[in-house]
Amino acid sequence: MQFPNAILAEYTFSEIKSIFVMQGFAGLSLFSVLLLMALGLAIIFGQMGVVNLAHGEFMALGAYMVYLCSQITADHFPAFQPYYFILAIGVAFVVAALLGAFVEWSMIRFLYKRPLDTLLATWGLSLIMQQAFRSIFGAREVTPTLPEWLMGSFKPTETIDIPINGVFVMGLSLLLTLGIYIFMFRSRTGLHMRATVQNRTMSGAVGINTGLVDRFTFAMGCGIAGVAGAAFTTIGSTGPDSGSRYIVDTFLVVVFGGAGSMLGTIVSSFGIAQAQSVSEFFLEGTMGKVATLMAIVVILMFRPQGLFPSKVRS
Amino acid sequence: MSETDYLLAIEELTVSFDGFKAVDSLNLYIDRNELRVIIGPNGAGKTTVLDLICGKTKATGGSIKFKNRELLGMAEHKIVHSGVGRKFQTPSIYENLTVFENLELSHPVGHSVFGTLTFRRTPEVISRIESVAESVYLKELLEVEGAFLSHGQKQWLEIGMLLMQDPELLMLDEPVAGMSPAEREQTAELLKKICENRSILIIEHDMEFVSRIAHKVTVLHLGKILAEGTMAEIQANERVQDVYLGH
Amino acid sequence: MKKFYENVLGGRSGSIGIIILSILLFAILPLALDAFRLNLVGKYLTYAFVAVGLVLLWGNSGVLSLGQGIFFGLGGYCMAMFLKLEASSVENTKIQSTPGIPDFMDWNQLTHLPAMWVPFKHFPFALLAVVLVPALVALIVGAAMFKRRVGGVYFAVITQALALILSLGIDGNQGLTGGRNGITDLRTLLGWDIRTQTAQYVLYFTCCALLIGAILVSRLVLSTRMGRLLLAMKDKEDRVRFSGYDVASFKVFVFCLAAAMSGVGGALFVLQVGFISPSLVGIVPSIEMVIFAAMGGKHSLLGAVYGTLLVNTGKSLFSENFPQLWLFAMGGLFIAVVMLFPDGLAGIYESVRTRFFSKGTKEKATDKVPAVNAAASVALAETGGKS
Repeated sequence: MQFPNAILAEYTFSEIKSIFVMQGFAGLSLFSVLLLMALGLAIIFGQMGVVNLAHGEFMALGAYMVYLCSQITADHFPAFQPYYFILAIGVAFVVAALLGAFVEWSMIRFLYKRPLDTLLATWGLSLIMQQAFRSIFGAREVTPTLPEWLMGSFKPTETIDIPINGVFVMGLSLLLTLGIYIFMFRSRTGLHMRATVQNRTMSGAVGINTGLVDRFTFAMGCGIAGVAGAAFTTIGSTGPDSGSRYIVDTFLVVVFGGAGSMLGTIVSSFGIAQAQSVSEFFLEGTMGKVATLMAIVVILMFRPQGLFPSKVRS
Repeated sequence: MSETDYLLAIEELTVSFDGFKAVDSLNLYIDRNELRVIIGPNGAGKTTVLDLICGKTKATGGSIKFKNRELLGMAEHKIVHSGVGRKFQTPSIYENLTVFENLELSHPVGHSVFGTLTFRRTPEVISRIESVAESVYLKELLEVEGAFLSHGQKQWLEIGMLLMQDPELLMLDEPVAGMSPAEREQTAELLKKICENRSILIIEHDMEFVSRIAHKVTVLHLGKILAEGTMAEIQANERVQDVYLGH
Repeated sequence: MKKFYENVLGGRSGSIGIIILSILLFAILPLALDAFRLNLVGKYLTYAFVAVGLVLLWGNSGVLSLGQGIFFGLGGYCMAMFLKLEASSVENTKIQSTPGIPDFMDWNQLTHLPAMWVPFKHFPFALLAVVLVPALVALIVGAAMFKRRVGGVYFAVITQALALILSLGIDGNQGLTGGRNGITDLRTLLGWDIRTQTAQYVLYFTCCALLIGAILVSRLVLSTRMGRLLLAMKDKEDRVRFSGYDVASFKVFVFCLAAAMSGVGGALFVLQVGFISPSLVGIVPSIEMVIFAAMGGKHSLLGAVYGTLLVNTGKSLFSENFPQLWLFAMGGLFIAVVMLFPDGLAGIYESVRTRFFSKGTKEKATDKVPAVNAAASVALAETGGKS
């Protein structure tokens, strides 16, 4: 393991600035993916207390759906090629949400009072989904054909190279975050969701169908994961175990931000993504991730409630 | 801070949750061998006071002195060791252990990791458990699992568990809630008996029960003391009637 | 003597259970299986150490750790380091650029043994390390988390993160740890060749003996006041705290005990299988070990062994014949155990036993420890299961 100072000495100051900017943008892509994953998970975990270890697989599902759309378009509707991507994102959302609703109906709703059991059951689900991906799409990684307008990059200066897909993904994440916020806090359904989570019995008593609300909430969380997967296809290839690569990070993001706080999730995913991508540059490969994870765990040991804990009187 | 003869001296106690003052500069003093009842409307801060004393909630100001030792900031299990016992509002016993085991776990000897590994069920321990069980009317039910007791019996078991610790201050939160009139009477007898060796602080709503047992009554309202005195004085107090008792 | 019978052997039903298991492990399996398959069983039994620890930690104290692979791995690596150093004598490694150090260090251009490795030249140190290193790590992690009241799902996810951290850390430091390939090519233990068939038999029986020992130690702990306390803690942690117990210290104790057992399992794994790698340390193996315990019934010490054997045998069979289906089966197993039979094999055994063999005497919860487990598991099965 080389010490950072030795590496830093090799670059000039302006090069270092550029590195930070570029790593910053690489970090932003990672931030977007983490944010989308974390938002879906935060809704499910933070709001419902359900731990979904298969969340990464829902993301992979979204990615695979985009791939499928890409193949279908290429084979049957080649003229549509430049436009299919936006539609594919929608498909990713819907398919993931539908599967999420089914999973909630068949499994999760029996386990609400047993969070540790939910952990194990959803892990089982993730194994099944991974194997299903492997059997249907093959063990090798796949990439959808990305539309032209997503390729390439901006070059504001000589040494700074900003990829367009990164900007797209980030824009999508922010748009979706805004959309979720508006939905949760400004719409009637969102109100029902928050009410059910806070006081199930009362919500039932005033006529809210809590069972349906739960299903909807879970499905929405999964759907968002699907969109994360769609976004993911622009920055990496997809394989059967792509989902498991980010699941631990995503959980730490949610817990670190303070489960139940949207602002916390946003701040936390930004911070962690940046920390990881900068440290990945200076330390060899996986050690960057190790350093970031260790830092998060240590901080969590001192402050287990996260950055923005919910101030509820127990 | 001042030295005091009181068993429990609460001074200027305050706790605020996000700006809302659940307990507001409270002053409360309890003598030895006194049976004090706290009454008041819901949200007055009664349960919060007990939470603050036993360490479940952290105060934001003031002091609680027990036998002249400051309780604020002490860890919960240390507060228990210094002689304070707390019974919760909903009966909090170990459902999957028997009455005997419930009581045994509350025996004050052997509380460290090593202590629990080497704890022996000696004849002294057994007879202590049996005598406590008898005083809480559960002698016949020693082998029954906690889950199978009636609501009233669970309350008694919890009181029994506290008695095992032999606390000098016993705090009970609505001990007769959900009990039949016969059970209430038995509980009143029980409390009067155990008061001979310790002080008891009770939160209750059943006025008839209160008048039967209380030495002194404190009325709490909006986190402050509204009135204090004997039951007769309290019942005659107009402000208390306005706020809580009714005319 | 009666105390020993009651508490450690578990009275009548407990003793019978131990005897049956002993007969299975010491007599039936060695006679029925060839050396190769017996060695496989030996490997599975090393996982059972972790499962037994989980019965103490999860089944009895309600603390789910998804990172027991950490401790299994630490114990394994400690033993592997000793064995590797022995196998890397100057004589054996004379073709290396730097003789006397393990081969992977030579490939990474190290010129001397890292400081961390030096004490592992001595067997007593390695032996102690197998037990103490996992326990020490558990102490630090446990104290940090339990004192801060981190429990339940948070704790589980953090243990997962720690398992990931350790496996990535080992993976990325090939010069120090052997990297992804792990530590391989182990030959002798204090001059005794561990690769011969005789050695494999000896190691197998040693493993069985130690496993039975671990079960007896666990039984002993559970039969004391601590056993009842752990059950109470699982049910109502707050009440235990207000009865004057420092809850965190008990959780730390059990966590350390489970860690030490897992470490022993790891060391026995290395001795029987001949290598260790980060693939035994990370997230996937850790959570698999949980399913071994769950399969057997997380309240049952004996069940942990049977569960481990069953799941691993199934895994081998599936992998040989229907490799595509194995993950489906495993995933389905996780779901089935959680939803359909939360008390695992032990629960099934209990309900069969009480239905057909009950002699009309009610099981007293105050007496035998296995009876406590049985009563608890039956009661839990009836109430629909609690985490």
